[in-house]
Amino acid sequence: MTATLAVFEYHLVGYRRTWRGSVFGSFLLPLLTMLGFGVGVGAYIAGGVGGVSYLDYVVPGLLASTVVQVTMFETTWPVLGNFEWHKIYFGQAAAPLRAADILGGHLVFVLFRAVLCAAPFLLIATLFGAVHSWWALATLPVVALLAFAVAAPTIAYSATVRSDSYLALLFRFAVLPMSLFAGVFFPVESMPVGLRWVAYATPLWHGVDLCRAATLGVAPQWSGWGHVGYLALWAAAGWWLARRRFQTRLFH
Amino acid sequence: MTEGRPLIEATGLVKRFGSFTAVDGIDLSVRAGEAFGFLGPNGAGKSSTMRMIGCVSPVTAGELRILGLDPARDGPAIRARLGVCPQSDNLDPELTVAENLTTYARFFGIPRKVARARAAELLDFVQLGERAGSKVEPLSGGMKRRLTIARALINEPEVVLLDEPTTGLDPQARHLVWERLFRLKQRGVTLVLTTHYMDEAEQLCDRLVVMDAGRIVAEGSPRDLIARHSTREVVELRFLAESQEVFVDKLAGIGSRVEALPDRVLLYVDDGDAAVATVHDRALSPASVLVRRSSLEDVFLHLTGRTLVD
Amino acid sequence: MVALVLPRLISFEGPVRRSMSVAERNAAALRSAYWLVMISGFVEPVVYLLSIGIGVGGLVGDLTLPSGAVVDYAAFVAPAMLASAAMSGALAEATFNFFGKMKYMRLYEGMLATPVRPFEIALGELAWAMVRGSLYSAAFLVVMVALDLTTVGRALLAFPAAVLVGFAFGSLGMAFSTFMRSWQDFDLMGSAQFALFLFSGTFVPAESYHPALRWLVEVTPLYRAVDLIRGISIGTDEVLGGLIDVGYLLLVTAAGLVIAGRRMTTLLCK
Repeated sequence: MTATLAVFEYHLVGYRRTWRGSVFGSFLLPLLTMLGFGVGVGAYIAGGVGGVSYLDYVVPGLLASTVVQVTMFETTWPVLGNFEWHKIYFGQAAAPLRAADILGGHLVFVLFRAVLCAAPFLLIATLFGAVHSWWALATLPVVALLAFAVAAPTIAYSATVRSDSYLALLFRFAVLPMSLFAGVFFPVESMPVGLRWVAYATPLWHGVDLCRAATLGVAPQWSGWGHVGYLALWAAAGWWLARRRFQTRLFH
Repeated sequence: MTEGRPLIEATGLVKRFGSFTAVDGIDLSVRAGEAFGFLGPNGAGKSSTMRMIGCVSPVTAGELRILGLDPARDGPAIRARLGVCPQSDNLDPELTVAENLTTYARFFGIPRKVARARAAELLDFVQLGERAGSKVEPLSGGMKRRLTIARALINEPEVVLLDEPTTGLDPQARHLVWERLFRLKQRGVTLVLTTHYMDEAEQLCDRLVVMDAGRIVAEGSPRDLIARHSTREVVELRFLAESQEVFVDKLAGIGSRVEALPDRVLLYVDDGDAAVATVHDRALSPASVLVRRSSLEDVFLHLTGRTLVD
Repeated sequence: MVALVLPRLISFEGPVRRSMSVAERNAAALRSAYWLVMISGFVEPVVYLLSIGIGVGGLVGDLTLPSGAVVDYAAFVAPAMLASAAMSGALAEATFNFFGKMKYMRLYEGMLATPVRPFEIALGELAWAMVRGSLYSAAFLVVMVALDLTTVGRALLAFPAAVLVGFAFGSLGMAFSTFMRSWQDFDLMGSAQFALFLFSGTFVPAESYHPALRWLVEVTPLYRAVDLIRGISIGTDEVLGGLIDVGYLLLVTAAGLVIAGRRMTTLLCK
């Protein structure tokens, strides 16, 4: 555990120098999206969505989707870079650390980043009047779980590919479609059945549904514990894959 | 035509970066067919001079003519006739070995067919024929260096500029590069190179200048320089004592110069054996004695000092 | 007599020829994953069109434009997606890839040792970015026609407009790249790009913005691009407005190229 924390600390030291740049990506952009979409496009959606205003509808979705974006950025180029370019992981592996420590330390940092970007977002959303329940605080552990569910398999992927072109492809074919069709901007139910089930399969949809239920103070569309269990499944499988990749690449 | 017109001619050449003067008024002329070397420690101004000759760095002051042309005005025309092998390889990592040569040829306007033929020929010349289809990244340092040299030859240049051609290579790789450069020289190609390796300068250069702090401090053939700035032989003495310094006085008068280093004392003499006899006559008994011929390294250290300049 | 290698003058084919040799290098570098990344770039605007244009469009319904015309929301959003796709395609080559080649691969140092000049490199890279951008634009226009969001005739007219948009952003991006210090600076650029994407009259008519914001928006290049392409694809046929847009984008292209060439000279020919 201390070993994992030592690795976490290493990432924090680096973040002390780069956090300013991340403020834009992880905070200002979602805020702009909230304005552009929630308020801008929302003005043209007279009836709202299922009885709630479009702003109220879209804000929890953007929260979950932002967390996924930040998580994906932290677990793609940095991971590939630490293996291929700067060889940071190999340096860490030369110290008495296990694969699980190196992976775990990075993962803890990613969760830290996820929660760190969710908290101010939630605050701003409250100021915009888009938060309707104390349950909204539950979004923080929810996004941490969502981040874990997305981060672990992504790390496994980034630790497998050798060229960053494959990371660009992951964003293009997985992250972007997921952000656009997993119930952030419009209900999944308005899509054809086949696509609907693809959306249900993404971790993001489960995160969105939980966050939306929390900020609106209503019951989720699906069983709450079902959502949690499904996300935990992604997290566990991803962890297993990532740990195996780290083990083979660092310690043969 | 034994005395060709100078291909490169500089008078009072100066390069300044802001308030820092990298090249401080140098004069030089390089004749066709010779191998000309710039010798000097890091930061002496060698690379800055090379970049000016390569027409990618504007001259701050002074006169520079390359192939009879003005680099400020005729940059592209001059570069069309130069080959450049920069200090660190800047090969294209996204292309294969052969493509590195063929695409580069296109920058000179060389037709594709000609480019392919020349690339194949040059790859054989630098012994990379078998790696033509490989990417650049997995090549060894020596292979990359040879590829960069091949790339510098793709336009059949009249002058090839080589900035530290063998720095960082292992001994086998260095010898291979030297051998290839020597063959180029035999073909009549003018070579201009920088180095801080004495053996390289002695191996390759007909004539060289020693640069230090932006100035030329000596000029001549390797043999001239040794004759002028050092003695014929050097005796290296090692005494079993805390300090070698104390022996300087005791050795005074033997040869033309005595120099104490932290671990040994150097005697610059014309006859090493005679000097060793004199040392014993003075009842001094060094733990080890080495008599060797004076080298360019002695000249270099004498002229540019022993202090590290990094 | 020593047989000297005679000065062998290589034919001097001028700037255009040399610029094209720079673009040729990029074509030679196309392979495996990068190729896939490049080709699949057109997927992005299509995905946006389906999600926002049709998905959110289902919630919005029809849109009444300030001119009084009523259009389907997807038809309103599609030209904006085309304009921003032309923007991001061109920017991807002109910023990330350009910067990487300049700073990290140090390709241009090698090129500059040849007769190629900095401005010619800028021109060659831009030409390449345009090939890439034009492919995306063409593919997207085909999708628009297939979804009945515009007519074939209008699509044919919109194509050169999209190419012009690419030129403007390509040269602008290249000029910006020469001022970038590290990859971190690209985060700022990415943010600016996203802000433009959201607020250039892309998703709602610019007329609905606050007057101050609207004024600001109307001088940005993406707004001009959206205005131009939307005018063509929906068919508002405002010729004067269109000409202003075209002039503006041409100006941006020229300014960007000149700045990029100059800056590259200062950076690489020290």
